[in-house]
Amino acid sequence: MTPIPHRIVSRRAETGDVTTLSLVPASGRPLGFVPGQFNMLTAYGVGEVAISVSSSPREVGPLQHTVRDVGPVTRALCRASTGDVIGVRGPFGTPWAVDAAPTSTGDTVVVAGGIGIAPLRGAIDDLVHRPDTDGGRVFIVAGARQPEQIIFAGDLEAWERAGAVVAVTVDLGSPGWLGHVGLVTSVFDAIAFEPAESSALVCGPEIMMRLTARALVGRGVDPERIRVALERNMQCGVGWCGHCQLGPFLLCRDGPVLPYAGAVSHLLSERER
Amino acid sequence: MTTPVAQLVASHPLLEGLPGDAVAQVAGCARNVAFAPGELLLGEGDPADTLFLVRRGLVAIEIHAPNRGSIVVETVSAGGVVGWSWLFPPYHWQFDARAVGPVGAIAMDAACLRAKADADDALGHQLMARLAAVLLERLQATRIRLLDLYGTNSGHPGEDQRARVD
Repeated sequence: MTPIPHRIVSRRAETGDVTTLSLVPASGRPLGFVPGQFNMLTAYGVGEVAISVSSSPREVGPLQHTVRDVGPVTRALCRASTGDVIGVRGPFGTPWAVDAAPTSTGDTVVVAGGIGIAPLRGAIDDLVHRPDTDGGRVFIVAGARQPEQIIFAGDLEAWERAGAVVAVTVDLGSPGWLGHVGLVTSVFDAIAFEPAESSALVCGPEIMMRLTARALVGRGVDPERIRVALERNMQCGVGWCGHCQLGPFLLCRDGPVLPYAGAVSHLLSERER
Repeated sequence: MTTPVAQLVASHPLLEGLPGDAVAQVAGCARNVAFAPGELLLGEGDPADTLFLVRRGLVAIEIHAPNRGSIVVETVSAGGVVGWSWLFPPYHWQFDARAVGPVGAIAMDAACLRAKADADDALGHQLMARLAAVLLERLQATRIRLLDLYGTNSGHPGEDQRARVD
């Protein structure tokens, strides 16, 4: 439960308010992880916050976390410099389980909204490079507010070169933008995935995940094959404190990645009391 | 005999599953068209006289504003529908629609469609039900985009509470 000091060995500004930090332990072995899991990052003297790992397990090198500046702790993390030390506790939570998720011949549709692409990055990298797809294709739909706020644009291009079908859509087009403008679900008709055999991984703002999951089910995707990443106020990371409870789930332990079928589909529509 | 344009009409998602005689009726209003990148399918203020069923490519729905130029409010890709203002008077386009790249579409003469729908209640109902379903989907998507889901207020669950405590 004690944060392990990690040194920031590099930082990369993804957009105006999103920064990727590359971390190595100040001493000892690097932490392992599986795509979808998160760590609790400590900005010493400010606080601790849950941030998903954005590294790919295929990459040998520092642990990466992509952070959006939305409050005091994330601001401190985004403003940290190369050489600064932050705390890392984890990894916690459930993975996307890419190997187990898709049928061997089915398509996999990955839908990411905004910074929701960060927790998916490792899973996508696994998917597009897995050797045993046996005909199953990978479709990546990424949504962003504006073209300038597309995160991991270079990765999206690389995944497309590796054979994935990539569609990026924005809420607001800007001069020179020649891609889609509209919700992520508006792109579904333009990408020819086979719903009956498809699996889906969805991560983004909760409303976006709710609508996306419904749209996928509406097109014939089995709800059992749709996974969503849910987030609440993760604090302890091990299911003790209860701050992240959502219905029957303690999301730091039972989530963040959960199947959409059953309780989650109801919880996503449930009004907070 | 099924004409090539009737086959195109029947295979577009808007009209897929329409009975054969209904397809033949609406195909009588249809022609196959193509647009070069940058070309306008329809222009704001012009008579709204065509329903476009997009077969390939991407169409940008635009509106222009002083000092901002053309603003793309939405794009429509293959399988989608462009042009609604022909449904109701005064039959004038409210936006521009521009081909982003090469676009292939079925252009359906609006007056012809309206006349056939008026003459055949069953066909009219089928067309309106299908068009209304697309309109509903677009309306719901537009409402969600008004929420600015990816904007700066989208927050982080753990941070929200800390911000209040601070």
